[in-house]
Amino acid sequence: MTSVELGRAVLGGALIGAAATVYWRADGRVAGVSGVLRGALLSRSDRRATVPFLVGLVVAGLAGAAAMGTSPTSAGGLPTLGLAGLLVGLGTRLGGGCTSGHGVCGLSRLSRRSLVATLTFIATGALTVLVARWLPGLRVP
Amino acid sequence: MRTTLTAFGSGLLFGVGLLVSGMTDPHRVRAFLDFAGRWNPSLAGVMAGAIAVHGTALWLERRRLGVSIGAQAPLDARLVIGAAVFGVGWGLAGYCPGPAIVSLGLAPGRVWVFLSTMVVGVLIGDAMGARHAPRGAPSTIAQAPTC
Repeated sequence: MTSVELGRAVLGGALIGAAATVYWRADGRVAGVSGVLRGALLSRSDRRATVPFLVGLVVAGLAGAAAMGTSPTSAGGLPTLGLAGLLVGLGTRLGGGCTSGHGVCGLSRLSRRSLVATLTFIATGALTVLVARWLPGLRVP
Repeated sequence: MRTTLTAFGSGLLFGVGLLVSGMTDPHRVRAFLDFAGRWNPSLAGVMAGAIAVHGTALWLERRRLGVSIGAQAPLDARLVIGAAVFGVGWGLAGYCPGPAIVSLGLAPGRVWVFLSTMVVGVLIGDAMGARHAPRGAPSTIAQAPTC
C-alpha cells in the first residue's frame, strides 16, 4: 500500500463519516447500508428516506464510471457471487449491520455490540479468504 | 421533499467516499482480509477516517445535550452468528452492501447476481424474525445501530 493509497482511504473515509453525519442529522437515521436497504425493502414508511439514499449510491457509481472508465469487479464465479450475496444479506439482517452500520456508525456511537460484530465479521472474512486459497471451487484470485 | 434531497445527497456523498477510498474495488477489500498474504490495511484507514468525523459529530451532540452514552443493549448469539455469516460472504466476494450497490452504477458486470441473492438473504433473515430496533433518537444516540 502506498501513502497515496492510505491518504485516499482516510479522505474517502472522512467523506463517508460526513455523509453518515448528514443523514443522521436529517432525522436521526443510521447510515448503515444494509439497514437502509432493509428499510427500502420492508418498511413502507421508511422509503422516503431510504430509497433516495440508495439511488445516491448508484448515481455515485455512475459518476465514477464516467470519470474513471472501467473499474475492477469481483473475480468470483457466478455461484460464488450468488452464495456470497445470500450470506451477506442473511448475515447483515440477523446481525443487524454491515461494515458501515456496525463498523462506522456503531463504532462511532461507542456501541459494544458493534465492536463485537465488527471484530467477528473481520475474523470470519479473514478466515474465508484463507480457506478460499485452498478450495479451488471457491477460489477468488 | 427536503428529506428526499438530503437522503439522496447523503447517499451520493457516501458513494463518492467509497469511490475515493478505493473500497469499491473488491480485490482491495479482500486484501485487507488477507492477513496471511499481501495485507493491505486501506480498509482500516477508511474506518478510521469515517469514525473520526462521525464519532466527533456524535460526541459533540452528546456534549450539547449533556447525555452520556447510556446503557447498552446486551450481546446475544444472533448478533455474533449474523456477523459471522456476513463475514464469510464478504470474504468470498469482497463486496459488502455499500460497495455492491455503488458497483451497480460503476461496474455492473456480474454484481447483479450478488445483489439479487443479497436481497433474498435479507428477506430470509426477516422471515427468521430478525428484530428491528427503533432508530436512534437524540437521547439514545449511543444505542446499537439498526442497520
